[in-house]
Amino acid sequence: MHIKEETKERHTLAVIVDNEPGILARIAGLFTARGYNIESLTVSEITEDNRISRITIVTSASAAVMEQIIAQLERLVPVHKVTDLTAFGPHVERELALVKVAGTGDHRIEALRLAEVYRARVVDATISSFVFEVTGGSDKIDKFLELMRELGLVEVARTGIVAISRGKEAA
Amino acid sequence: MTEKSGADILIEALSDLGVEVIFGYPGGAVLPIYDAIFKQADKPNAIKHILVRHEQAATHAAEGYARSTGKPGVVLVTSGPGATNAVTGITDALMDSIPMVVITGQVPTALIGTDAFQEADTVGITRHCTKHNYLVKAPETLGSIIHEAFHIATSGRPGPVVVDIPKDVQVATARYESPGPITHKTYRPQTQPDAAKIQEAVDMLAAAERPVFYTGGGIINSGPEASKLLRELAAMTGAPVTSTLMGLGALPASDDKWLGMLGMHGTYEANWAMNKADLIIAFGARFDDRVTGRLDAFAPNSRKVHIDIDRSSVNKNVRVDLPIIGDVGIALREMIDCWKARQHPKPDLTEWWNRINGWRQAKCLDFEEKGDAIMPQRAIRALYEATRHRAPIISTEVGQHQMWAAQHFGFEAPNKWLTSGGLGTMGYGLPAAIGAQLGHPDALVIDIAGEASIQMNIQELATAMQYRLPVKIFILNNEYMGMVRQWQELTYQSRYSESYSDTLPDFVKLAEAYGWKGIKIEGRQELEPGIAEMLAYDGPVLVDCRVAKLANCFPMIPSGAAHTEMMLQAAEVSGEMDDEAKALV
Repeated sequence: MHIKEETKERHTLAVIVDNEPGILARIAGLFTARGYNIESLTVSEITEDNRISRITIVTSASAAVMEQIIAQLERLVPVHKVTDLTAFGPHVERELALVKVAGTGDHRIEALRLAEVYRARVVDATISSFVFEVTGGSDKIDKFLELMRELGLVEVARTGIVAISRGKEAA
Repeated sequence: MTEKSGADILIEALSDLGVEVIFGYPGGAVLPIYDAIFKQADKPNAIKHILVRHEQAATHAAEGYARSTGKPGVVLVTSGPGATNAVTGITDALMDSIPMVVITGQVPTALIGTDAFQEADTVGITRHCTKHNYLVKAPETLGSIIHEAFHIATSGRPGPVVVDIPKDVQVATARYESPGPITHKTYRPQTQPDAAKIQEAVDMLAAAERPVFYTGGGIINSGPEASKLLRELAAMTGAPVTSTLMGLGALPASDDKWLGMLGMHGTYEANWAMNKADLIIAFGARFDDRVTGRLDAFAPNSRKVHIDIDRSSVNKNVRVDLPIIGDVGIALREMIDCWKARQHPKPDLTEWWNRINGWRQAKCLDFEEKGDAIMPQRAIRALYEATRHRAPIISTEVGQHQMWAAQHFGFEAPNKWLTSGGLGTMGYGLPAAIGAQLGHPDALVIDIAGEASIQMNIQELATAMQYRLPVKIFILNNEYMGMVRQWQELTYQSRYSESYSDTLPDFVKLAEAYGWKGIKIEGRQELEPGIAEMLAYDGPVLVDCRVAKLANCFPMIPSGAAHTEMMLQAAEVSGEMDDEAKALV
């Protein structure tokens, strides 16, 4: 017997929650308990009084499961609102990465040149290394990392995706 | 205003919320609360504490109390093992939507996270088996958290809420004032259904040729009024009604529109009606796998309306044409009003009813009797005939006896049927009966049990004795974990791996050891007199009713089969299943 898999689609969700202890465990635990997948999850407080947090979740699921994920998230007591930005329409997704590259000579010069092309900033430098700060969509960062791998990539830290809808209205 | 200890605040808040009974078990981390209970015991309207013999039983007793009275059940247990023992009952209440508030003691805040004696991460452990949970960090917040916990447990789709209170918070002092009605900042369940959708549902119903009402536990949870309205709507429209295990009693079993339960052990007529219907209206039911059978073959030619208070229940297993979010009682009221306002005549469903009556001719609940052995179905029917005039409250354990009780005992009213549906928890029935008896001191309360299940919370015989509760236990003793054995017969060529109930106790002596009356029934001529003897005794009675050992529960839809692939008798059960079938539950 083999276990069957369904076709999945990638969605980005914005989840507005009360900033109470355990809220992240509640959300992350809901995903594991119900067998949903998380590709990326970011969280930060977004109000002046620090009482509300925005959690951005990137997940892949079939349309039916996607509907369930949203309904299950909305059912959690501390959740204010869930927005499926992918279904909502045009939105901007960004991610930040810190990329450490070590090397000398041509590799070092090439890394710096490519960093310029990718609008990565140098935030730390030694004689034999750089730390680049690069922002953009996940594809751009993936591509930048692919290039850096050839030139002496040492370490990467990525924030995961944050996203917001385009236009003047809140989603 | 003077300050009070956290323990006193807790008791006062519970009292303000109208709590009459707490089911609990003391321990180190709840001693301040137990002292507060002791000190209020002589006051008028004091909260009564019922000392169970195991924390799991406290939760099931609270469920039985809640399910039979409509009020929330309240549990009090200590930290660590007290809380972990309660987890099964908490999960049970989540699956069956039972309003319950569980107060757990916790080690003092300074010791949390140090692996202190009897420390467990109760909030972490119960996060996914509660509707919501709290760790109280300061006595100032305790009062409002308790009020909020009751609000969440009892409103919307009901469920269990855990409030974990560290011992120092029980001792520290603060002011308390009853906060009054709660308006929660995020939690606002939608109870009022969309009027346009109600109208659409009513028009679909008026146009349907083969409608079926598929009702569930939501009708019971909505309150007795919802059951009355269901009867009214069924009478107005002439639609046949079937129900899940949790919804039994919403429509009286004696009603001519009653088809019996549907699903895996449902009736032939209910399952065929679901399969051939052109319109299914689900009232507070969640299309559980035990109900639907194979999903792609479930009610294939019908349009489906789903009325539920929980949005996440909609389109979870089965896609529906018209979802209506709201309280099912309100929805029923509005459907009736709308039906009248639109002056729909009573539809002519003669042809549909002729087909249904044809399926009824299968007489799917009939069973064969051989020799002197008591067939378990016969035992349930005899119990029903002997007690129906007293409108008994029936609880069950889990297994064959539970399904036979659901099939052969007729329920005429809501809140009379207490069973573990979603989680399927053996050991539920006796503590649930104790809880129900406390809520209804004058009612006849019977736990229909199996010899295996009853042993899972047998220690509660002492609880019933201590509080002089005249609970009856009726064990259908076939010396097997019968449902396991039935599945082994069906799936594994009768290789009865570990399903024989070996080394059974002498149940009569066991009952007597706890101060109960014990009765053994053996052979058909003893059945009615034995039941009469049980009913005549003013006090708790355990009946060990020896039944046919290898009887199986039919009809049965095997896991993963369609409603139309029902097995009606034992001859159809045999052999070995393929791996796909073995992997199903």
